[in-house]
Amino acid sequence: MTPEKTEITEDTVDGYKAGSNLEKILSDGRFAVTGECGPPKSADGSVIDNKAKLLKGYVDAVNITDNQTAVVRVCSLASAVVAQQNGVEAVMQVTCRDRNRLAMQADILGASTLGIKNVLCLTGDHMSFGNHRDAKGVHDLDSINLIKMFKDMRDDKKFQCGEEMTVAPRLYIGCAENPFGDPYEIRALRLKKKILAGADFVQTQCIFNLPKFKKWMEEIRSLGLHKEIKIMAGITPIKSAGMANYMKKAVPGMDVPQEIVDRIAAQEKGAPQQAEGKKLAVEMIKELAEIEGVAGVHIMAVEWEPAVPEIVEAAGLLPRPTVA
Amino acid sequence: MADAAQPDFEPEIIVFACHYCAYAAADLAGVMRLDYPSSIRIIKLPCTGKLEVIHLLRAIEAGADGVYAAGCLEGECHYLKGNLWARQRVNHVKKLLTEMGLEPERVEMYNMSSAMGVRFAEVANEFTARIKELGPNPVKRKGVSPYAAAREAASEIALPEDTDTVADQPNRPLAPLATTKEG
Amino acid sequence: MITAERKPFDKILGLVGESKKVLVAGCDTCVAVCLTGGEKEAEILASELRIEAGMNGRETEVEHTSAIRQCEWEYLDLISDKVDQADVVVSLACGIGIQSMAEKFATKLVVPGVDTNMLGMPLEHAVWLERCGACGECVLGETAGVCPVVRCSKSLMNGPCGGSHEGKCEVKTPEGEEIDCAWHLIWERLKAQGREDLMFVDRPPKNWSKGSSGGPRKMVRVEARPV
Repeated sequence: MTPEKTEITEDTVDGYKAGSNLEKILSDGRFAVTGECGPPKSADGSVIDNKAKLLKGYVDAVNITDNQTAVVRVCSLASAVVAQQNGVEAVMQVTCRDRNRLAMQADILGASTLGIKNVLCLTGDHMSFGNHRDAKGVHDLDSINLIKMFKDMRDDKKFQCGEEMTVAPRLYIGCAENPFGDPYEIRALRLKKKILAGADFVQTQCIFNLPKFKKWMEEIRSLGLHKEIKIMAGITPIKSAGMANYMKKAVPGMDVPQEIVDRIAAQEKGAPQQAEGKKLAVEMIKELAEIEGVAGVHIMAVEWEPAVPEIVEAAGLLPRPTVA
Repeated sequence: MADAAQPDFEPEIIVFACHYCAYAAADLAGVMRLDYPSSIRIIKLPCTGKLEVIHLLRAIEAGADGVYAAGCLEGECHYLKGNLWARQRVNHVKKLLTEMGLEPERVEMYNMSSAMGVRFAEVANEFTARIKELGPNPVKRKGVSPYAAAREAASEIALPEDTDTVADQPNRPLAPLATTKEG
Repeated sequence: MITAERKPFDKILGLVGESKKVLVAGCDTCVAVCLTGGEKEAEILASELRIEAGMNGRETEVEHTSAIRQCEWEYLDLISDKVDQADVVVSLACGIGIQSMAEKFATKLVVPGVDTNMLGMPLEHAVWLERCGACGECVLGETAGVCPVVRCSKSLMNGPCGGSHEGKCEVKTPEGEEIDCAWHLIWERLKAQGREDLMFVDRPPKNWSKGSSGGPRKMVRVEARPV
């Protein structure tokens, strides 16, 4: 069940798989913080500049979404490079929805040559949620196939077809898991499947139902999975009662308990609800950090990036460690 | 709409009437000497459930200005659900007519019992007035009477006019839904 | 069974164009069973086309016929007289039948009157559900008889995505109806069969070249070829 240890080759002399900031922090057992940046729906690169600058120093790496919710945006590869140019390490998200195995391997080689070291393998939201509903979904691979393909490229210098390459991409491979997805009983074992495929870290769906997450973590620990993969708990600060309701009702795979909605709704609209949302996020982070096996938090402040520095600071997670 | 009414226009209307209810209601209306328009031409069916999409279309195609089915009150079909099937098919034909650019109001489904002579006359008057407002079917008649053409198209399902009961037609198959009514 | 839906009437009119002699050709096999393109439906469409022509004062002759199976040369022979007399054939067969017709009568304009949509199963009267994607490499033996290729909205081969909720897929039909999560069904049935371990087997990337990605497919039964 133990995933194969990465063979130390000349490419991995430092003992790391990719040597990214995120990998080093997690491997050193320090509590990691990642953020998220949705690229713009136009060729305006300054949006990424600004979001990256805002998060710099407050997160260890920032996820760059890949046509999130099936809406066309600046591609995650270009955005990841721009984020890194602004001094924030990127976690490049890759979904199976828009590209086949040729494109995904080509992109990861390109990303690696441009200095991208972290990658997150996802299935992707279905086209029917986005702005090109008539599009053909690719789904050549699923996220587990994708993890395995990147791992084989990195560790065995092999393309998915089995052909060899001379220089392998150095990647820290992540995956997502939804502890609140159904059927619930397979969720922990599904993470195991992703670990076996080669995932190094996992970022969870945003957590609002803490008791259910704790139960999931118990199962994870009973299987010993927390020792095989770095688990980053997902956090989304709630900006308004309307948003809480929307997530509860309309976002697939979300579990937002009514008391969370009520807690935000009890405040006046606007600044008071926002303040409560941030306060809730901070409380959540502190509780999550206490759970054995939680190695960090992944803060997804959807179009509310300015809230992140404040939350990270209030949660006592500053200053962020610097690594060699 | 009243402005569009053509006073000289005498519509030709085909009625597919169920033997158990509307046809008897028409008889009753006659006995009661109730006034209903001569534009109404009735084709007798053993049940409106026998009526198919093609029969309604054929009548329109032959130039009928309006077509309606008159079946038993809902829940009282002799074959249990024939009138409900008929309603579904009439609704489907309305959709097809709309797609063709013809007024869906040219076809309709009505329900009545055999005791409703007054209702039969009322429906006949109402529907005739509706068709008069719509004006003639733009499909030109091709020298055949719409009634004759509709009757011909429905020859497989229609009962002869000169018989009163289904029992008089031993060789004529009944609707597939025909079962002994229980209870 | 192959299922199809009739094209909207105005689309069919557009395909028929100015043709004076139209033949509506049904097929009495799959499309007849799904109540879309059998002889009955051919007669209905022919009547509609005549009504429309009559409304607009055009002299168009519209006939209808049907073949027992439009996808077989022998059955097309039986309707060739009618086809010869027409300027255009509106075929209500599936895409296979339409192409057989177009190939058999290569100089004739043959147009589709239906949109072929799936390999479906009649769930109940007049309701069909997609069941097979003809992917060329069946996995039903490992997935408890539920096809993840077409019944999972994302064709996932290694279990459900995070969007599965209470047995339902995150995707809804265009009409807004819920869709069963294929992997939820697979899991429930594997459990009932005591084969839960199959859920956690690693399935490598699927070989899509056996399906439509491999180019048009051809199948030959050597032992059955004419001698």
